[in-house]
Amino acid sequence: MEMIFFDYIIFPGILFTLAAAMAVSWIDRKVTALLQWRVGPPVLQPFYDFWKLFKKETVIPKGGSVMVFLLSPAVSFSALILVSVILLKTTLTSMAYIGDIFVVIYLLLIPSIAVIMSGAASSNPLASLGASREMKMVLSYELPFILAVCVVLIKTGGITDLAGIVAYQNVHGAFIGSLSGFLAFAVTVVCFQSKMAQVPFDIPEAEQEIMGGAMIEYSGPPLALFVAARWILMALLPLLITMLYLGGIHSALGILKYVGVVVLVILIKNTNPRLRINQTLRFFWGIVTGVAAVSIILAFLGL
Amino acid sequence: MSKVFAKSIWVYHFAASPCNNCDIEILDTLTPKFDAERFGVKLVGSIRHADCMLITGALNSKVLPRLKRILKQAPEPFFVIAIGTCALDLGVFRGSYNVVGPVDKHIKVDVYVPGCPPKPEAMLAGVVKLKEKVLAGEKKKGVKKL
Repeated sequence: MEMIFFDYIIFPGILFTLAAAMAVSWIDRKVTALLQWRVGPPVLQPFYDFWKLFKKETVIPKGGSVMVFLLSPAVSFSALILVSVILLKTTLTSMAYIGDIFVVIYLLLIPSIAVIMSGAASSNPLASLGASREMKMVLSYELPFILAVCVVLIKTGGITDLAGIVAYQNVHGAFIGSLSGFLAFAVTVVCFQSKMAQVPFDIPEAEQEIMGGAMIEYSGPPLALFVAARWILMALLPLLITMLYLGGIHSALGILKYVGVVVLVILIKNTNPRLRINQTLRFFWGIVTGVAAVSIILAFLGL
Repeated sequence: MSKVFAKSIWVYHFAASPCNNCDIEILDTLTPKFDAERFGVKLVGSIRHADCMLITGALNSKVLPRLKRILKQAPEPFFVIAIGTCALDLGVFRGSYNVVGPVDKHIKVDVYVPGCPPKPEAMLAGVVKLKEKVLAGEKKKGVKKL
């Protein structure tokens, strides 16, 4: 029992995950700065932002649902902490922890649902626009993402727990080495880019257009939790990609692979303009789902 | 006052009927050349996320109620920087039939940045002034219900 509390609150849980997520967020901002030929923020900048938001006043909008408004950031944050505990515990102990890949897929949906909830509870037209766009985004990227995960399941022959997937790759070679695995990797990177709401697909937030979407009414500690949830997502999804297609992060090479995926995400973010929501839907249901289907057929053929 | 407020200043840009020169210079300040992110300065689109409001232009009777309404929604601690000659003392618009006076006649201003328009370097100097002020001063916090 104490062990579980330790897991959730200190080591792979809240404290460690927050620290790691802040580090990844700093890498994001620093690489972006370097790409634009400037210096960029200091190492502790994400911590300063987080701590400052925690010390600020909370403004509750008139006409909104106070309960849902205040709870949804916490829901988003705690779901991501659970994912983090599952992924990191699996990596550290090399054994199946509480959940398998299906639990992770379901838990990764909760932050999107929290965004929809908060947008609906804010009583703000831009926030509800953000919420409706988030719904469309979930509809567009979930299908190709699950198809891409199916490729992994076909290749492992039905092993669903993450430790088993990583162990299988350590014996038989990483899935990215095969053609179907590479296609599934590419599909997952694109889907996760939109799950993280990073730039080609930051339609639900769209700072320049709808001022942060569902986050527009948030201030103080709830905003801090939302921002932290974004950072954690940015740290966890590359980790999940590394575990699914690149053979986990057990060694120094594995950590390099992880950082490589993070930098890939940042490069995609910095070199692409934002799409409109209809373009995104067409892109995901057209070419991305097509590529995912082709990779499933290739996986069945054993390629 | 906690030191973190000086290290992470998210700014909100309020254009109170300016001629747009100051606004263009504010955007210049935020471009990679001047790299305001070094100081933790970030432009945000919503007043709820902001720590600091940049006001440009000569306040007129149409804008003043909006300015007060937006400021009422700002989460404390909150700071105001008046940018440009018009915001400081109305500049060439002094005596116009619709202007209602300089910004600090109506709301509390923490830092003044003069110039028509001020250079980006002057605005960064203003941000540094605000940091010093934050480290010295005291403001309240809590929960505000609208």
